[in-house]
Amino acid sequence: MLQTASERHRALTGGALGLAVIVAFVALATIALLLASGESSIAAALFEPYILRVLRFTLLQAVLSTLLSVVLAIPIAQALARQPRFPGRIWIIRLMAVPMGLPVLIGALGLIGIWGRQGIVNTLLSGAGLAEPVSIYGLSGILLAHVFFNLPLACRLMLAALERVPGEYWLVASGLGMRPASVFRFIEWPVLRSVIPGVAGLIFMLCATSFTLVLMLGGGPAATTVEVAIYQSLRFDFDPGRAVALSLLQIGLTAVVLGVLALLPDVSDAGLTAGRTIRRPDGAFAGIRVVDGVLLLLAVLFLGLPLLSVVVAGLRADLPKLVAQPIFWRSLATSAVMSLSAAALSVGLCGLLVRARHTLSLGKSSAGKRSVATHAVFGSMGAASSLVLLVPPIVLATGWFLAVRRFGDVGTVAPVLVVAINALMALPFVMRVLEPAYGIHQRRTQRLSASLGITGFARLRLIAWPALRKPVLTALSFAMALSLGDLGAVALFGSDSFVTLPWLVYSSLGSYRTNDADGLAVILGIICLLLTIAGTMGGTRREAVAHD
Amino acid sequence: MTDGTEIPAAIDMQEVGLRLGGHEFLFDCRLPAGSIIGVTGPSGAGKSTFLNLLAGFDTPLRGRILFHGQDVGLLHPAQRPVSLVFQDNNLFAHLDVFTNVGLGIHPALKLSAADRLAIALALEKVGLSGFEKRMPATLSGGERQRVAFARALVRKRPLLLLDEPFAALDPSLRREMASLLSDMHRESGNTVVLVSHDAEEIKRIADYAIFIDHGRVAVAAPIAQFSTGENHPALRQFLRIDES
Repeated sequence: MLQTASERHRALTGGALGLAVIVAFVALATIALLLASGESSIAAALFEPYILRVLRFTLLQAVLSTLLSVVLAIPIAQALARQPRFPGRIWIIRLMAVPMGLPVLIGALGLIGIWGRQGIVNTLLSGAGLAEPVSIYGLSGILLAHVFFNLPLACRLMLAALERVPGEYWLVASGLGMRPASVFRFIEWPVLRSVIPGVAGLIFMLCATSFTLVLMLGGGPAATTVEVAIYQSLRFDFDPGRAVALSLLQIGLTAVVLGVLALLPDVSDAGLTAGRTIRRPDGAFAGIRVVDGVLLLLAVLFLGLPLLSVVVAGLRADLPKLVAQPIFWRSLATSAVMSLSAAALSVGLCGLLVRARHTLSLGKSSAGKRSVATHAVFGSMGAASSLVLLVPPIVLATGWFLAVRRFGDVGTVAPVLVVAINALMALPFVMRVLEPAYGIHQRRTQRLSASLGITGFARLRLIAWPALRKPVLTALSFAMALSLGDLGAVALFGSDSFVTLPWLVYSSLGSYRTNDADGLAVILGIICLLLTIAGTMGGTRREAVAHD
Repeated sequence: MTDGTEIPAAIDMQEVGLRLGGHEFLFDCRLPAGSIIGVTGPSGAGKSTFLNLLAGFDTPLRGRILFHGQDVGLLHPAQRPVSLVFQDNNLFAHLDVFTNVGLGIHPALKLSAADRLAIALALEKVGLSGFEKRMPATLSGGERQRVAFARALVRKRPLLLLDEPFAALDPSLRREMASLLSDMHRESGNTVVLVSHDAEEIKRIADYAIFIDHGRVAVAAPIAQFSTGENHPALRQFLRIDES
């Protein structure tokens, strides 16, 4: 008996409460969607040519984005793995983590800075006699942006897989005289083949639910995804029927993708560049070193230039004037309060679920076998934490928007809704950080604590907090960064009286105050990156987080 | 075989020096061709570095390494006339036994009918006939090392380098594998360099042995002489001569 009856009771009640809150929040939004329009109109709307076109474009861009990200990541991961002593290698790997921690909005601004009409690339190309050959808007722009955000993710996951290969393999391969083509065929490809399905599934999921990028770079009937179409049909056309149909379509789409994803092997970049030195004699040939060096340089430019562009453009903006504006401080305060609340709520909910799941798993070992009911509750608490993947933020926002509208002004409850949605968005990731940490901690201490009779608050203060402080802070900082940079949930509710920092950036862009947007973006980007760096120091990765 | 210098040197290391992770290494020795050479010494003394220099995985800062009179110091591992067997992971786990051995003949697996026959014969020699389609994971540790030996056989290189090849095996199996190695050596007449921390194993199968201590070749002698401890305190301690 590792827990007292009251501890067990408290843990299970808390878990049930957390589960109920999450399910109710998501279910109410979904019910509101279903109620908002009659069944007949949904069925009719679903087969509208417009909606079919949107669905086709959503799938098309997701497939192409995934394909490009994965295929282009292969040679870069190969080059990084093959050159373990490449100068600045660790910084290249760190640079690849930046797009994952950067608000999507800011990445998009950087990409526009480099690939846009006045960007370096087009200036160079038109100097060479080509008239604006690259467009950052429309399908090509969306693909470019998705590759920018997902190629580094794919690359890190593949590199981690390549580095898990036993070191002797590379020595044996060199000893046998394998050329790069043979090394690829007999060693690298078999390893990559085992991770690519998981990597591709993850990226497909991220691209199929991409909101901010498509909002900024797409738009127009020719380049709109389901998520953006939901937003447009509510915000511009005010056509709830269409929004509902699209929302249900989005849920169906994510359900299918999640179902497929569940069948694919899990991927992780754990152990990346950890410890042991890897010898790669096959990368020591001069020719290969040149090729790898050029590849890595191109990757660094592709990822680094847009980031640099954000900084340069931001510093060119009139920062003192921006900071002097009351709206800046108002939005900063709003964002700070909201992201703190969302992070706290997310970690709190996660704590309830994790404690209850742990208690249920203890029940298994003492009773010998878990009952079906226990098993179901255990599983549903895990699944609830990922419910937001099934019902994306914009769909949740739409449901609540339609529900609240019946009873009065949406504006008054908007902050609460956005906090709740942001908290749910962060939850899958927070669970990933806290659940293993809590499990390890309990395995280490529960016997001793039980035998000494340390329970309740004393246990929390003396035993749990010192051990769990680091993962909790990691989870908090990631959740804050996620909420702080989020435009998806706030997009529907943003107004003159409810302004977050990303919303301020976005509306500055909309009113052609580009300089202001650049200045704000660099501030927001630095805050988010600092939070992410603070979180990564705990040694956990955030590949699970869907950037909207 | 009383004096190693009478036999032509298979390996000639001339003042080979390098620095790795704060340790200095300086190897100087001439090892006789056609024999089994045991390389032993305390852990961390530089046994693996010695082997890595021969294989080409480490590059010397100075000095020359000659194989049968040819300077190989700047050759890539693939261009050196050596075969390698490590303690673990000698086989690609996702490729079957046939492919693992076949890669020893051609690194892109372009095999002729004669090559296929050679693979079958090599497997027979190590006692694994009919194992062609088996995956490494279904083999025992000893069987996996036998496959690695079969690959070394088909490669027909004059020099075979082994880094603690039996360390992961239990004692009776270790003895069996050592005698298989001796048989292979007798048939092919190649030079074998066997790194082992097990003094008994070296005494049992080596013709010649070197003792590496603090990054240097402290003792190099035919095995009979080597086994007496050569009045070298560290070697005597390692061989536990004073205790028994």
